[in-house]
Amino acid sequence: MADRITLEVTRYRPEQEAEPTTQRYEAPLRKDWVVLDALNYIKDKVDGTLTFRWSCRMGVCGSCGMTVNGEPKLTCAAFLTDYAPGPIRVEPLRNFPVVRDLVVEISDFMAKLSAVKPWIIRETDKPLTDGEYRQTPEQLEEYKQYSMCINCTLCYAACPVYGLDPGFVGPAAIALAQRYNLDSRDEGSAQRLDALSGHDGIWGCTFVGECTKVCPKHVDPAGAVQRYKLTAAKEWFRSLLLPRGAR
Amino acid sequence: MNVTPTYTEFHPRWYRRRPTTWWWLHKGAYLRFILRELSSLFIAYFVAVTLAQLYALSRGEAAYARWQAWMASPLALVLNAVSLALITYHAVTWFSLAPKAMVVHLRGRPVPGTWIAAANYLAWLVASVVVAWVLIGG
Repeated sequence: MADRITLEVTRYRPEQEAEPTTQRYEAPLRKDWVVLDALNYIKDKVDGTLTFRWSCRMGVCGSCGMTVNGEPKLTCAAFLTDYAPGPIRVEPLRNFPVVRDLVVEISDFMAKLSAVKPWIIRETDKPLTDGEYRQTPEQLEEYKQYSMCINCTLCYAACPVYGLDPGFVGPAAIALAQRYNLDSRDEGSAQRLDALSGHDGIWGCTFVGECTKVCPKHVDPAGAVQRYKLTAAKEWFRSLLLPRGAR
Repeated sequence: MNVTPTYTEFHPRWYRRRPTTWWWLHKGAYLRFILRELSSLFIAYFVAVTLAQLYALSRGEAAYARWQAWMASPLALVLNAVSLALITYHAVTWFSLAPKAMVVHLRGRPVPGTWIAAANYLAWLVASVVVAWVLIGG
């Protein structure tokens, strides 16, 4: 096995250039190194101006998402040896504006996330003296998968619908809305309905399915969207057929 | 369609790349998706052919013979063969996606996705046998 590997890294320095360029770097090819380790090596030893985001190094924080050889990946989980002999192409996540080098701007996602109210909503809160809201393991299982989302936005980078129509609320926000809709303690699904089934909501999704494939936490946003389509369609029929009082 | 999100308005130096018209050629999965969407047109074509067949049938023997002759032309044969292939592709992809949208509970437990897909295939098989029985045996 060769002891070095080449990385072709996208650079974008807005004060110098109008378009991103590619810069080649070499890093040691070590069995226990991931792409993020190589980037950190480059930043420490080769070129301190290279800019990228990272934090936990263990697939929990969701900040080191980049496009590796064309696929949205958490770079802390992308082993160099899987791409040997290289070169490895490292680009910023697609479908987001690039601030600098590999850093993208995700305020749009953050705004969409809060629009679907991803927290437990109660019509009336129980008094504290009544204790916790209890839940059976089966009730937990209903939404647990969706609660694994780490907001890494790899699914937005993989979603061609979001790329073509940035208004689309997007995979992770819908999955996280479902995480609360399916929670037995939550009573807020009616409040999420407008954001989810409105013009920029679930009906924009054409079920490409790539969001689920790239998800590093196996959340299955595509499944969440399709499930919610059924729910929203049922709600629509109910509102059409039933008198107001019986809904 | 809101092409530029409002939050980027005051950041002219952020680099924004729009997807090209040919984005679906860049990845096998995207191409398979576009093929699946495109195959819907051929389903519409098959519906139109069936309606034309019924219309020809209602207009009498001569009209039906003309319709049959057109169906036997090389152009119609090629078109039908391509349609059959794409409709089969559409059905297979549809059935494999069905378990994603449907979460069925049986005695309090979620039914595995493969069962839901298998039930779809079974329904397809039963419907095909019924149609074949009507056409050949009935």
